[in-house]
Amino acid sequence: MPSKYLLLILTILCTLLMLITFGTDVFNRPLNTVVGYVVVPFQQGIGKLGGWISKRSEELVQIRSLLEENARLKAEVAALTEENIQLQQDKYELNSLRELIDLDEQYGHYNKVGARIIGRDTGNWYSSFVIDKGGDDGLAVDMNVIAEGGLVGRITSVGPNWARVTSIISDNSYVSGMTLSTEDNMMVSGDLQLMADNCISFSQLVDSKNLVVEGDKVVTSNISDKFLPNILIGYISSIEKDANNLTKSGLITPAVDFEHLGEVLVITDLKQSSAG
Amino acid sequence: MLRKLIVTLFVIFSFILQCSVFSHIAFAGIIPNMMIILTASFGFMRGEKEGLVIGFFCGLLNDIFFGSFLGFYALVLMYIGYLNGKFSRIFYPEDIKLPMALIVTSDLSYGTLCYILLFMLRGKFQFAYYFSHVILPEVLYTVVVTLFLYPLVLKLNEKLEAREKRRAQKYV
Repeated sequence: MPSKYLLLILTILCTLLMLITFGTDVFNRPLNTVVGYVVVPFQQGIGKLGGWISKRSEELVQIRSLLEENARLKAEVAALTEENIQLQQDKYELNSLRELIDLDEQYGHYNKVGARIIGRDTGNWYSSFVIDKGGDDGLAVDMNVIAEGGLVGRITSVGPNWARVTSIISDNSYVSGMTLSTEDNMMVSGDLQLMADNCISFSQLVDSKNLVVEGDKVVTSNISDKFLPNILIGYISSIEKDANNLTKSGLITPAVDFEHLGEVLVITDLKQSSAG
Repeated sequence: MLRKLIVTLFVIFSFILQCSVFSHIAFAGIIPNMMIILTASFGFMRGEKEGLVIGFFCGLLNDIFFGSFLGFYALVLMYIGYLNGKFSRIFYPEDIKLPMALIVTSDLSYGTLCYILLFMLRGKFQFAYYFSHVILPEVLYTVVVTLFLYPLVLKLNEKLEAREKRRAQKYV
């Protein structure tokens, strides 16, 4: 077959595929299954090798800074011990208060599955990664992923033994969030320009009383249809008024260090089903 | 048959390398684009047909794992492979300038296309930023990887071609 015709046929095929998969996911299951068995076992092996190499090189670089850090940390430990005692007292108070108002919505109550990251996005535009658990382990699309106590992202594609997680710093990610202190809603979106500084942006925050300040905690909001409520997203690092004088926007420092992520926790409770 | 098998393994191996090992050794968060190197070099070494088929499969692999829908990367890489195939008539294995120029051009146009289709259409117009922070670093990094990967691809292709020639003579 001359290459011109082949090009034409494949072009039509691609266009059709794009149109079909834009709305539905008919082909995802068979393709994800095939690829899952061909590629993922290799990824797991090589991922371990790559992790080992980067760990060794990082160790060499870090020794000097670690010595400095050690001295600083020792001082910090003393301060933290004191703070810890204070916090423990607060915790007793919190526990009794929680029982009082029957607050049952902490992440401790969600069912979680641990997973290891085995591959990262091959392109430089978006930020997503592949984990080594999938449909066989009970994972499904839209499950929330957390690490280090903060929100990482949600599952956007599932194979039998792998799943793709789109992180909240990815440029195509939008999360509905709210401030913990005032419960004002906002839109949290990833941005490629801010990814280098490890920041994400927020917008459409209505804060007429000017109560939200830098350093406030931002958590996922109750009204999000994909994300479970009250998962920590990060802390507000800058805030300014929009040109319309009604809403505010700014930057959030995520609670999770996305560059050095190795293991994540997948919450197997879905927002949609747990609500119903 | 052997060629198909070996090239398939090569493509899968490169893809795995790219999404696992390279993300660990990324400079400033930028990963080199091995898929472009493979697609372009098989294009100008072997012609339009092989270029477009390899581009299609490289892209499809990328689509399944990391695309928001199927067919996008497959389409882009397929055309890059096809256009590189146009240069197979003036390609000589001894000459490194043409392959380098083609790979750089391919990666530049790939980056620009991705920007236009994935970002500009969503209202992100700071092309200068994306060009200097994503597209250009990716091209530079890809060139460095090409210096190591391209001789390997060339050698593999030469070995396969020599073997095919021997077999063809046997049957004549």
